[in-house]
Amino acid sequence: MRTSRPLDVYRLVWRLPLLVWQGAFFVVPLAFLAAMTFWLVQNYRMEPAFVLTNWQKTLGRSVFWDAYWLTLGRALLAGVLASVVAFPASYTLAFRMGDSARRFALMCLVVPFFTSFLVRAYAWQVILAEGGPVNAALGTIGLGPFTMLNSGFGAMVGYLTLVLPLVVIFQTWSLAAIDRSLIEAAGNLGASPGRVLVSVILPAARTGLVLGALFAFIMTFGDFVSPFYLGGSKPPTLTILIIDTTKSGQQWPRAAVVALMMIATLFAVAAAALRAAYGGRR
Amino acid sequence: MKAVSALGRVYLAALFLFIFAPIAASFVFSFNSDRFPTLPLGHFTTEWYARAFSRPEVWEAIRNSLIVAAATSVLSTFIGFATAYTDFRYGFRFKQAYLALALLPPTLPLVILGLAMLAWLSQVGLSGTLAGIIIAHVVLATPFAMAICRLRLNQIDPSLEAAAWNLGAGQWMAMRHVILPFCAPAILSALCLTAAVSFDEFVVAWFVSGLNRTVPVMILEILQGNVDPQINAIGTVVFLTSMTLVIAAQVLIFRKRRHE
Repeated sequence: MRTSRPLDVYRLVWRLPLLVWQGAFFVVPLAFLAAMTFWLVQNYRMEPAFVLTNWQKTLGRSVFWDAYWLTLGRALLAGVLASVVAFPASYTLAFRMGDSARRFALMCLVVPFFTSFLVRAYAWQVILAEGGPVNAALGTIGLGPFTMLNSGFGAMVGYLTLVLPLVVIFQTWSLAAIDRSLIEAAGNLGASPGRVLVSVILPAARTGLVLGALFAFIMTFGDFVSPFYLGGSKPPTLTILIIDTTKSGQQWPRAAVVALMMIATLFAVAAAALRAAYGGRR
Repeated sequence: MKAVSALGRVYLAALFLFIFAPIAASFVFSFNSDRFPTLPLGHFTTEWYARAFSRPEVWEAIRNSLIVAAATSVLSTFIGFATAYTDFRYGFRFKQAYLALALLPPTLPLVILGLAMLAWLSQVGLSGTLAGIIIAHVVLATPFAMAICRLRLNQIDPSLEAAAWNLGAGQWMAMRHVILPFCAPAILSALCLTAAVSFDEFVVAWFVSGLNRTVPVMILEILQGNVDPQINAIGTVVFLTSMTLVIAAQVLIFRKRRHE
């Protein structure tokens, strides 16, 4: 039995806004998205029903599975690649720079996260074009021209532009938090710099390294700008599949099936990554 | 060791160059006469700005963006602050779930949120309206406001509020004279950051906007046509706006206060 308390208006004023707004406009739309996958589309209108047609039709097409493995593979690759590319920079920021220089660099890295990725992708389109600045520069030393757009390479340039700032922030944050005396002790005990890195620094920074890779995965998995404007949209990724299915016709329920498959995948990967980041601590 | 350190700095500089190259390039191309920019660059021109900003639909989009960003900023900062204060002040059952609801939305791919919003708002008759975009942007921006306000509340001495109560202030009075003044920089910071989130968001806005385009949605639709340097001109203005907002947000929250 809980004792009943008098209605505390003050408390509710601060607690309810989130519940009301995110309930009505985040939870309910997602629940509706799930319900919609069982609806019927007739005469270009959605009608409530409980049929499995949308699931069968969507999961039965090879175009879905091609897109699924492509998107998953690219997101995993981007997670690994971004982590590897970011690490030397994060290491330098964490161990070779003063506090104020590091803070300034991190503040700079936050900025692109909030600036239009669409315009940045368009700038890459121009920079990497067949007759663009990069090929012109390479041409002066007798190389190229290279076709860089409308390919996996182009998409990866976009993904890295999108995720690198965040990965560097996560890595630097966890590297800078390592107790320096630990590293010095390992050095004093005769461990080589490589050994110190593998046996001391990487395990100690595990949380930030894994979270950085996880966010790179999540952002790449859900991005449609890079594959669409830099990757040439063929073959389509899951995001492009959703947009095509939604925008060309009224097959929203089938787009919703793709969306739910994406959510399930994100949950699975996030759960595994969080276990890797925080699990096994004694 | 010196050589390693220097190499590290060169690498770091190269990485920053990669990250910021598109922003810088867009700025340079916007003043460059070539339709298809390459090296060497063409001559200096403001033609693209003149062309872009003589189009009435651009001004229409700017107006829409400003309305949406302003409304999103105020609403999400209020909800974010209320949530941060709830987390700071109260413990309750299901608090984990409450906090998950507060922080999860930005991790959901925008295309999925866009589809869910479109379907749901169509059911309730709000799709294609600016209100629909505002609703979605508040969902996305609230977690950022919540995080900033929570960060600030971390620095307050919890006994300060209690002291105010002991001195006879009611809860509302303590909120007004103790908590709110203390959080003022964070609230301003959140207002800026959430405005930036809204101002740059184009995926969900594209799904639900219909004919009421915001600036990024208009850019997206122009991009589906042809290469057009007007994008660089509009893009540079968009960059400068959101960078100003984000830098203002950071300065407000991180600047050292003399009397603390």
